[in-house]
Amino acid sequence: MAHPNGRGAAGQTAAEGLGPVVNDFTLTAATVNGSGSQSANLVLTRALFAMGIPVAPKNVFPSNIEGLPTWFNVRLSPRGYQARRAHTDILVALNAQTWQADAAGMPSGGVVIHEATLPRTGDAAREDCTFYPVPFQRLAKERVANPDLRKYLTNMIYVGVVAELLGIEDAALGSALDAQFRSKPRARSSNLEAIEMGRSYVRESLVKQDGFRVERMNGTEGELLVEGNLAAALGCLMGGCTVMAWYPITPSSSLCEHLIALADRYRTDQATGERRMATIQAEDELAAVGMTLGAAWAGARAMTSTSGPGISLMAEFVGFGYFAEVPAVIFDIQRVGPSTGLPTRTMQGDVSSAYTLSHGDTRHPVLLPGTVSECYEHARLAFDLADRFQTPVFVLSDLDLGMNLWRSRSFAYPQGPFDRGKVLSADDLECLGAPFARYADVDGDAVPWRTLPGTDHPGAGYFTRGSGHDDHARYTESSTAYRGTMERLARKFETIRRAMPAPLCLEEGSEIGLIAYGSSDAAVGEARDMLAERGIDSDYCRVRALPVHADVEGFVARHPRVYVIEQNRDGQLFSILRSELAAALGTRLRSVRYFDGDPIPADAVIEGVLAQEEAPAQAADGLLAAAAATTTTGGRG
Amino acid sequence: MTATATPPPAAGPRNRIGIGRETYKGLPTTLCAGCGHNSITNHLIKALYESAIPPHRLAKTSGIGCSSKAIAYFVESAHGLNAVHGRMPSITTGAKLADRELVMVGISGDGDTASIGLGQYCHLIRRNVDCTYIVEDNGVYGLTKGQFSATADIGSVQKKGQVNEFETIDICGLAVELGASFVARSFSGDGKQLVPLLRAAFAHRGTAVLDVISPCVTFNDHEGSTKSYEYVKAHDTVLQELDFIPADREIVVDYPEGTTTTVRLHDGSEMVLRKLGPEHDPSDRLAALRVVLEGRSRGELVTGLLYVDPEMADLTERERLPQVPLRDLGEAELRLSPDAFAQLLAEWA
Ligand SMILES: Cc1ncc(C[n+]2csc(CCOP(=O)(O)OP(=O)(O)O)c2C)c(N)n1
Ligand code: SF4
Ligand SMILES: [Mg+2]
Repeated sequence: MAHPNGRGAAGQTAAEGLGPVVNDFTLTAATVNGSGSQSANLVLTRALFAMGIPVAPKNVFPSNIEGLPTWFNVRLSPRGYQARRAHTDILVALNAQTWQADAAGMPSGGVVIHEATLPRTGDAAREDCTFYPVPFQRLAKERVANPDLRKYLTNMIYVGVVAELLGIEDAALGSALDAQFRSKPRARSSNLEAIEMGRSYVRESLVKQDGFRVERMNGTEGELLVEGNLAAALGCLMGGCTVMAWYPITPSSSLCEHLIALADRYRTDQATGERRMATIQAEDELAAVGMTLGAAWAGARAMTSTSGPGISLMAEFVGFGYFAEVPAVIFDIQRVGPSTGLPTRTMQGDVSSAYTLSHGDTRHPVLLPGTVSECYEHARLAFDLADRFQTPVFVLSDLDLGMNLWRSRSFAYPQGPFDRGKVLSADDLECLGAPFARYADVDGDAVPWRTLPGTDHPGAGYFTRGSGHDDHARYTESSTAYRGTMERLARKFETIRRAMPAPLCLEEGSEIGLIAYGSSDAAVGEARDMLAERGIDSDYCRVRALPVHADVEGFVARHPRVYVIEQNRDGQLFSILRSELAAALGTRLRSVRYFDGDPIPADAVIEGVLAQEEAPAQAADGLLAAAAATTTTGGRG
Repeated sequence: MTATATPPPAAGPRNRIGIGRETYKGLPTTLCAGCGHNSITNHLIKALYESAIPPHRLAKTSGIGCSSKAIAYFVESAHGLNAVHGRMPSITTGAKLADRELVMVGISGDGDTASIGLGQYCHLIRRNVDCTYIVEDNGVYGLTKGQFSATADIGSVQKKGQVNEFETIDICGLAVELGASFVARSFSGDGKQLVPLLRAAFAHRGTAVLDVISPCVTFNDHEGSTKSYEYVKAHDTVLQELDFIPADREIVVDYPEGTTTTVRLHDGSEMVLRKLGPEHDPSDRLAALRVVLEGRSRGELVTGLLYVDPEMADLTERERLPQVPLRDLGEAELRLSPDAFAQLLAEWA
């Protein structure tokens, strides 16, 4: 994994010798986990946002509660790029454990604001960066009596130092503090004091020697700053979810916790305390998905959220949902696997497993939100799709999208009612004339009708089972009935394919096509601009769902060379596309894979594409050969 | 033997909601003739009929096993869900949350509950999900052909000669310990006791656990089992001369409260049931635990209502769910208003 502030990226900075650098740099704060740096980081982020500067914050945190190093990166970009940059320009060094490595990772011309007691020895003795020693600990000790508060406020002092050095406006800090301490006015004032401490130390004791600064601009107007998990939680609420069952796991937990908070606020009758939503912390993911399926079988809109380890546990039940045709919405906020992997790092590692989760022939619709607004939209859509097609629907987000704040255009209020799918009421059954056949394809779209338990009609009941069944849901081991069911399910999947969100394609007739999905979108967008600056044009197709939409095939057909960019080792979407597209198109695909555990930067996309443009890979048949047509990028440092 | 095997009377009596007993029947059983599970099905049909449970309100759930198949053999017109092995509790929990008006009846086996599904069993009890939870307990895995289950007696010998070295998990003792609001044990052949217990379980709001001892005719009849005919004959002099029990004969018992009865199983093994008498106070959790443990130390299975707390809040109450089922709520009740939505987004800007 690359060092979080881009160790080894020396020489990439634009700052050195170029005079002022305004609103276009990255700042990294290196702190200790559990020291309360989170609110300082948020105040800094929100203040920059309030100045209209496009910001993109990212946390790099350990799987630990207290004591291990943690880094916070905030990228400022006048063009609005939100991808992680592979290097940083300004380091705030507050962690003695990582001090040497943090200092060594700085590019030439960088700025290092550091705790004054950290020694300027070893890697920190370098002369090609600007060093600002600040006695954070001493300042805090002099002014703050309570030792816990002192540790916490030390972080807020750094915000003051940075604000003074960069020129962050007081008003912007004020509104950031308002947002952060909405319900705690006393905390607001002590935090403001700490910021002031930092500011006055800079004014009194330091001389600005670097060119980095900020200026108010108009780059965030009408935008939200929100993490994907919160956006998805709102989507669940607006999508009519009434039963949520979960088992805590990073990076999925915050989705459920946000949803609980939203339900407390918007689904609770203030007078009676009645809550129009059940939120159950289950005993494990098997139970969580079982409750979801049970609730959806009985007609509620139900969901669960987890990450890779939970997905593995849910496998058996998901196959049941597929075969017995029971709806469910399952969020997978992906993290680095296999196994426990790197639990607090990001990856697009569950694409193949979610798509075909469970034994036997199984296929599931998978939504692939690429932005926080799509986290909201797809969450809502997932409930419609699950009801309409009576099958488990996955929403694959990831740690980067789910847990980091992203700028976004505002979200749309849903138009139209919920799509509850084909449900027969007692009246419908009365009018039917013939006995209700649960699994019969009466409409020719391979999607059958269902009834809900509790329907007051003698013909409503049917038997839901994961064993072989005929059209009337009767137990059978007949191979004809089994084949009939499996073939209908395959046809149903084609109906689903047509209903899934189309890819977003940006095309200007370039030779090179780029395919990406999910959180890689930010890096790909930026990489295309950078490639264009070098005279290399590329078209872009962002896949938003599985099964693959027909438009993806069209895109590949229009491009002789198509790079599939993703954040995993094995090129999971690449493999799916190769097996699902026409064979002649499959050979046009090339794979770019990044799996360092941190969000893919634009550089890695460019590197991956250019390496194969320069040394074209052999036309590859089969997976082993396809592995040759691949660049894995990253691994710097 | 089973009720489904007897031809229905042309126009039988009706229960208080005007529904005939026929309606409470299910598909013909596919279980072995004489299987205790079939007897339980019969008693369930009677109890559901007598309690006048509206068939459309009933939702039957189960896991996997011979026992779990039984939900197909009563109230054919009701919805049923045969889940995956050991996961009936989570399905039941979800369904009850979606529609609190459903009468949930879950059927499981001793393998389904005490092994693969032990976690879900415990947590369903903890949440006091309103349902009737029947464990059709035969001490073996019937469907996979006779392996030990976790409720098998220590020292018993399996068909292939293997000895069970492990302590038994007591479904009822565990439920009492976990704070269940209704715990009872009965025997598949004791309709006089089981039917009222089932009816009490339907009426109970909360989890009603019923551990029903239910002999497996097929996988206990072999030499070397502590429950085998030969073993009992050689070792237990108190026993009267044993009759051969044809494999298709249901085992029926009828004994008064406060007494014990010795039940001879199809394989000739015996089991002592002790029926709780009026001296047992079912509101006393400690007493319930004591009778279970004391019974076990005497080699007896205590039957009857062990514990009940009719006041304990069930999951829908603890979740403060509205009276109207969640699944019936629509856009107006579930979505934020456009104003509230705009205001919330403004906080994120
Ligand atoms: C995940 C899984 N593992 C194993 C099985 C095989 N299996 C089916 S039923 C069963 C045991 C059933 O025993 P019990 O619950 O006591 O029911 P009985 O047949 O005795 O009534 C097993 C192990 C399965 N269906 N699923
Ligand atoms: S194998 Fe045993 S449990 Fe299964 S149906 Fe036959 S008698 Fe009943
Ligand atoms: Mg069993």
